[in-house]
Amino acid sequence: MRRGIAATALVAAMALAATACGGDDGGSGGDKKSGGKLSGTVTYWDTSNEAEKGTYKELALGFEKKHPDVKVNYVNVPFGEALAKFKNAAGSGGSGAPDVLRTEVAWTQDLANIGYLAPLDGTPALADQSDYLPKALAGAKFKGKTYAVPQVIDTLGLFYNKKMLKDAGVQPPKDWTELKAAAKKIKQKTGKTGLYLRGDDAYWYLPFIYGEGGDLLDTGAKKVTIDDEPGIKAFAAARDLVTSKAAETDATDGWDNMQNAIKNGDVAMTINGPWAIEDTLAGKAFKDKSNLGVVPVPAGSKGQGAPQGGQNLTVYAGSKNLDASYAFAQYMSSAEVQAKTTEKLSLLPTRTSVYSNKSVAANPNVKFFKAAVDKAVERPWIPEGNSLFQAILVQFPNVLTGKTSPEKAAKSAGDAYRKLLKGDWK
Amino acid sequence: MAVDTSRPLDPAAGAKGARGRIRNAGTPPRSRIRNALARHWYAWAMVAPVVIVIGLIIGYPLGRGLYLSLTDANEANVERTIGVNHIPATYKNVGLDNFKAILDDQVFWDRLGWTVTWTVCCVALTFSIGLGLAVLLNRRFAGRTLYRSLLILPWAVPAFVSVFAWRLLYNEKNGILNKVLEGGGIDAVPWLNDPTMAKASVIAVNIWLGVPFMLVALLGGLQSIPGELYEAAEMDGASPWQRFRHITLPGLRSVSSTVILLSTIWTFNMFPVIFLLTRGGPGDATEILVTYAYRLSFVNSPRDFAGASAWGVLILLILMLFAVVYRRSLRKQGEVW
Repeated sequence: MRRGIAATALVAAMALAATACGGDDGGSGGDKKSGGKLSGTVTYWDTSNEAEKGTYKELALGFEKKHPDVKVNYVNVPFGEALAKFKNAAGSGGSGAPDVLRTEVAWTQDLANIGYLAPLDGTPALADQSDYLPKALAGAKFKGKTYAVPQVIDTLGLFYNKKMLKDAGVQPPKDWTELKAAAKKIKQKTGKTGLYLRGDDAYWYLPFIYGEGGDLLDTGAKKVTIDDEPGIKAFAAARDLVTSKAAETDATDGWDNMQNAIKNGDVAMTINGPWAIEDTLAGKAFKDKSNLGVVPVPAGSKGQGAPQGGQNLTVYAGSKNLDASYAFAQYMSSAEVQAKTTEKLSLLPTRTSVYSNKSVAANPNVKFFKAAVDKAVERPWIPEGNSLFQAILVQFPNVLTGKTSPEKAAKSAGDAYRKLLKGDWK
Repeated sequence: MAVDTSRPLDPAAGAKGARGRIRNAGTPPRSRIRNALARHWYAWAMVAPVVIVIGLIIGYPLGRGLYLSLTDANEANVERTIGVNHIPATYKNVGLDNFKAILDDQVFWDRLGWTVTWTVCCVALTFSIGLGLAVLLNRRFAGRTLYRSLLILPWAVPAFVSVFAWRLLYNEKNGILNKVLEGGGIDAVPWLNDPTMAKASVIAVNIWLGVPFMLVALLGGLQSIPGELYEAAEMDGASPWQRFRHITLPGLRSVSSTVILLSTIWTFNMFPVIFLLTRGGPGDATEILVTYAYRLSFVNSPRDFAGASAWGVLILLILMLFAVVYRRSLRKQGEVW
């Protein structure tokens, strides 16, 4: 403990010294406005997938060209492990924690709530706040402060194999009923399954509940709503697809099985987001890249809805190199970098200005997904946002295969939420 | 060891203690302790590092866990240091509330039921298969060493590697098991996607992992049974089954009681097999007590340290209770353990 105090005092003294000499010719790295040179190391944990990480590494190292004195330490951490890994590192006094972390939007509030993130209002990281899509920025806020810079925004869409649908003589379906009918025809004409529906990830449940006009929670009224009518209907609608054999599913390895199925042409459709475009196009069914079509997620009985997702850049509050970290976060979400990720990976920019870029505007996937994102449903931005998926995940596989009734599944999920959410939730 | 050997080397002290009971009656016990300390200080000094290390790596976490289980600590209210910021702890004592909540909850009893089923199935089958193989391999035949080493192979592979390999085998769409069945014209089996099949699948993997240990331990036990006993029994006309029942099983008792106890405790807490194979799924069909406790403390946000500690304490209590009952029943059979 004593050493902790000493360290605090030392850091405070250094900070004072840094501000004191900030008025000089910028000899120290502590000053950001006088054009002082940034230096040191920035460790960046990227969570992009196999198909994306090469591009991201190249872009991250590009920061070194702009700031020759800064060394970027790029680390790719698998998406599924990143949150736990970051929490372990940040909680134990920060040894091993990165300076900048790519966070899924639902992690932002969780990490900010525990105090691991540096607020970014007024820092260079958020210098041009007005350029960001309002929806993307909303997901970066917690209790009135902004804790993240939006990097990419996304939502789910229906990916389809154009050739298979044409062979079966069907149009891309607009709602679940049409999808069922289309799947039947596809089975008859080509012998393949219509849709692969992921059963091992709760994110894939969201289009169903939004399509029935419901939501997991009503954060305004502090009420759990998943066990209301729309929630039950959503489970029933998803189950109907699987039990009627319009869709196939798995309770484990869903991602790999889904991607294998669509890439090899074993299924005609999947529900997926922009992050999967690059990987899907690598499959043998899409040797001709124009064979991949994307349309909005089919609608439920109350209309169409898909969740808003995306990735943010957050700065660790305990970073020893905050100024370089802010600059790095700004760079990684800059118009220039976003244009490149769109060009190479078809990811959606979070800046309005990037959409007027020629190559971005011409990208058909972006054109589609931008419209979809504009309509996407915002998720509850609360610290428990990410944990909400756990309860659905426990129910989803068994509902899909007909082992649990939709009523029971919705009720169990609702009960689990009331246990999870502390405070006066109903 | 050092303490024991020093006693007979010091006949004067021993004799004085034996003869002079009345003379020494007035000596306060403290000086006796001091005497013992003075005489055996090196023994204490040698034991001290072990005691300190065990205290640090086992005693402290255990005590900390017990304490946390009586509070409402979670990730957002415990003490933490983030860079230069120090955030003090704000959690408070809530007594036995956590335990009350857990025991009132059906989730705990469901998980306990499956954990017990899983443990009993795994241990019983692992032990029987291990015993069968050990008896087979205890005979003399060509290539015995090769068979023995092959059967120990699962043990040589790190558990998580074998579990991942099994996961690939079990994959319903692209797994080898289903490809083989397909070749035989049999429909794909949803190994990990159907609750009942998933339970059978995780048990099968755990048995596969556990048999080598049983095999090695029981083979050692078998070799310590004197061959004369079998010869004598054969002379008396005992059948192979009678020899197995009345010589092999009693001869193995001390080994088997230990391996059963160990394997029960290991299986009860077998986190990697369940977590890496199914993550507790489909749904929560294969979730055992420890994987649920893990979920509370590492998956949910904010991490619920108090709840997970309470689960840990309950798991510890169940295992302690089991060990005590098991030991007592062995002692009744005349087993000194």
